[in-house]
Amino acid sequence: MATQHSRAAARLMMAPAVVLLLGWMLVPLIMTLTFSFKKYLPLKGGDLGWVGFENYIRFFTASAFWPSVLSTLILVGGVLAITVVLGVLLALLLDQPFWGQGIVRILVIAPFFVMPTVSALVWKNMFMDPVNGLFAHLFKAFGAQPYDWLSQSPLLSIIVIVAWQWLPFATLILLTAIQSLDSEQLEAAEMDGAPVLARFGYIVLPHLARAITVVILIQTIFLLSIFAEIFVTTQGSFGTKTLTYLIYQRVLESQNVGLGSAGGIFAVILANIVAIFLMRIVGKNLDA
Amino acid sequence: MGQITLNQVTKSFGDVEVIPPLDLQINDGEFVVFVGPSGCGKSTLLRLIAGLEDVSSGEIAIDGTDATHVQPARRGLAMVFQSYALYPHMSVRKNIAFPLKMAKMDKAEQDRRVANAAKVLNLTDYLDRRPGQLSGGQRQRVAIGRAIVREPAAFLFDEPLSNLDAALRVNMRLEISELHQTLKTTMIYVTHDQVEAMTMADKIVVLQAGRIEQVGSPLELYNAPRNKFVAGFIGSPKMNFIDGADAAQFGAHTIGIRPEHITLSTTEGLWQGRVGVAEHLGSDTFLYVHVNGLDPLTVRVSGEVGVRHGDTVFLSPDPAKLHRFDAQGLRQS
Amino acid sequence: MARRVSTRRKAITTLAAWSVGFLIFFPILWTVLTSFKTEAQAIADPPLFLGFDWTLENYAVVQERSDYLRFLWNSVIIAGGSTLLGTMVAIPAAWAMAFVPGKKTKDILLWMLSTKMLPAVGVLYPIYLIFIQLGLLDSRIGLVVVLMLCNLPIIVWMLYTYFKEIPGEILEAARMDGATLREEILYVLTPMAVPGIASTILLNIILAWNEAFWTLNLTAAKAAPLTAFIASYSSPEGLFYAKLSAASTLAIAPILILGWFSQKQLVRGLTFGAVK
Repeated sequence: MATQHSRAAARLMMAPAVVLLLGWMLVPLIMTLTFSFKKYLPLKGGDLGWVGFENYIRFFTASAFWPSVLSTLILVGGVLAITVVLGVLLALLLDQPFWGQGIVRILVIAPFFVMPTVSALVWKNMFMDPVNGLFAHLFKAFGAQPYDWLSQSPLLSIIVIVAWQWLPFATLILLTAIQSLDSEQLEAAEMDGAPVLARFGYIVLPHLARAITVVILIQTIFLLSIFAEIFVTTQGSFGTKTLTYLIYQRVLESQNVGLGSAGGIFAVILANIVAIFLMRIVGKNLDA
Repeated sequence: MGQITLNQVTKSFGDVEVIPPLDLQINDGEFVVFVGPSGCGKSTLLRLIAGLEDVSSGEIAIDGTDATHVQPARRGLAMVFQSYALYPHMSVRKNIAFPLKMAKMDKAEQDRRVANAAKVLNLTDYLDRRPGQLSGGQRQRVAIGRAIVREPAAFLFDEPLSNLDAALRVNMRLEISELHQTLKTTMIYVTHDQVEAMTMADKIVVLQAGRIEQVGSPLELYNAPRNKFVAGFIGSPKMNFIDGADAAQFGAHTIGIRPEHITLSTTEGLWQGRVGVAEHLGSDTFLYVHVNGLDPLTVRVSGEVGVRHGDTVFLSPDPAKLHRFDAQGLRQS
Repeated sequence: MARRVSTRRKAITTLAAWSVGFLIFFPILWTVLTSFKTEAQAIADPPLFLGFDWTLENYAVVQERSDYLRFLWNSVIIAGGSTLLGTMVAIPAAWAMAFVPGKKTKDILLWMLSTKMLPAVGVLYPIYLIFIQLGLLDSRIGLVVVLMLCNLPIIVWMLYTYFKEIPGEILEAARMDGATLREEILYVLTPMAVPGIASTILLNIILAWNEAFWTLNLTAAKAAPLTAFIASYSSPEGLFYAKLSAASTLAIAPILILGWFSQKQLVRGLTFGAVK
């Protein structure tokens, strides 16, 4: 029963949220876009005029660019691979009946609620430290040489830390999806003579396909902007400089705003490509 | 009092006209059932009467006064929704008392009416529970209770039994009929189930595509359906329709004969056929008979008969119970 | 129908699930345990699990040396303030979209969500500049506003899905029962919406509490919340494991507790309804 009157009221009720988000999106984005076409060095004279695409060319041709793309890809890909594979296995396990389901669920979800700086520091110092870390103790106990995780395999170390934080997210979503699978479908497949592995391959996995896609898309968006974990562990050294971190360094550390903004625009475009796919799925669900 | 008159009422959603101009008279104390296939506009019609939808044109009068633009709550009508629409955060007592509270009725009178309704509906022991703790049938009764306490001019029921299982549905059907006997208040009841319509109604309104096909008592509809649609919709199993030469022989474009009005014989009859499926209900037997040149005919025989799948049988319609329709599907006198 | 499983199989599953759960939870458990050790015990080799002298000294030292409570208070203000402010803006918007949907409602909703996908680093400098000019750098109010804007799409979205679940027939029933619009909102809608609003607030407090891009880059000493406080342990204080653990335990304990209450909402809030 939407009358003319209630429509006007509805517009008025939505206005504050719409205006705020529009401002939050447009104002900084336009500023970044403007800066990206300027020579802008706040510490050396500020706005030094228009330079066309020079910042973009410099950003893409800089020696740090391709390594940062590679680090980003490895980081995002590595975390996705670990969380999705382990997430599916874990979800399958937790879906089985066992004693203390509620408590185990809580244990598994817990890492997601740990703030990024805490998890990075705890892992870095208390687990991965080559002298006093728990892993070092463990290696020594087996007679092996302690391994200096963060300087010898820095990217892998960060992948482990981030994967630990995001595994609960993947597990929880995949578990929710598994639980929505009609058990009669599985029983039908069993009656049709499909063994366990075939049931997983033909029924469970296709059922999970959408949830897996959603996990991948959402995690990609968040993983592309991983910051705190790198900030408190390696500060971007030893090949852990991702795109996000590179842009951050250009903007706030070397205060080359023009250059950093060009990178920023690139990051926005990159994230939007992923977002389009995610929005399609969300949009379809809105209709249903 | 609960007399409702619809005068040239129409309803359109955008460009789609769901109810073409429609007239209807509902008398005080009547039990009127709107019946029709899904999408026929019966629920929309009910919601127009309730005031939950605005009419596009025309008038609705309740007890002689124009109520077309009166707010739902002021029409003095009470509605029982398909989903029951109970307030999940309120106890049964508070649910039933809600309309009274909204009417600012004094507390003592509220309590008295709630207690009364609870007694009539066997809900006394459940008054302090939440709707979530009740069974489907109990929720249904709470929804009815919420309608009763208002002492409305008329009750509106929107497919109230469709969420209940078959056994409970029969029980609730009886309870609602009994309630109507006791209260003698006008009731308007929407359903797609012709059995509910036949068993409960004083007056049935058969709707199709927003149009009223026929209004009448259950037996009028059964004995003298105005067209093929009503003939096919009312009665179970469905009426058999026969076109072509076999119909022309009775002077009609189409003839209709109900399964219970066909005589079965193993020796002679008008049509010869072979028995397909036989459904044995004990009290009745339904036979689906294949006759050359005709669609399968359904025959209803009382009790058990000794025919089986594949047997040859002869069928004859009872000429007095034959319905004749013209090319437009309208009944020929 | 859930099938009955043999006790043997259930026992094996139980063992496996508990082992995995314990393994995943271990870093947190280890942090909490270490926070009660002395520094020497914290780095002992072989590691001490339970057989150490429990002490609360680290907690006292953390508070004494770095004024922990001030950072905690900043976190509370920033996470709580941004969530409450966001909820106040979001309730009317979500309400309108759920109950008076128009042709553009879906597009607006998707657009709002898409703003959440914007990488923060892309707009870091403009925000930094605006903050300097408005004198908001290292201020709690500045962070409250930024985190409110960050999480507003999720808040609107979650509230929308909760409001959407309130069946229209109930509102119609209230109308038939004679409730005015005010009474309808007061007696029927609000009580039914409160659980959803509460869950939304809960999840968004968690998200704001753990936010670690803007809080690290827009604060210094004064307005720094716990994320930034812990980051300051990266070196060399981080080598004092027991104190690091005590500070970490304090920083994550409240949110772990809130988090356990909100696990169901997590799926709804973070997948934007794409998984049910």
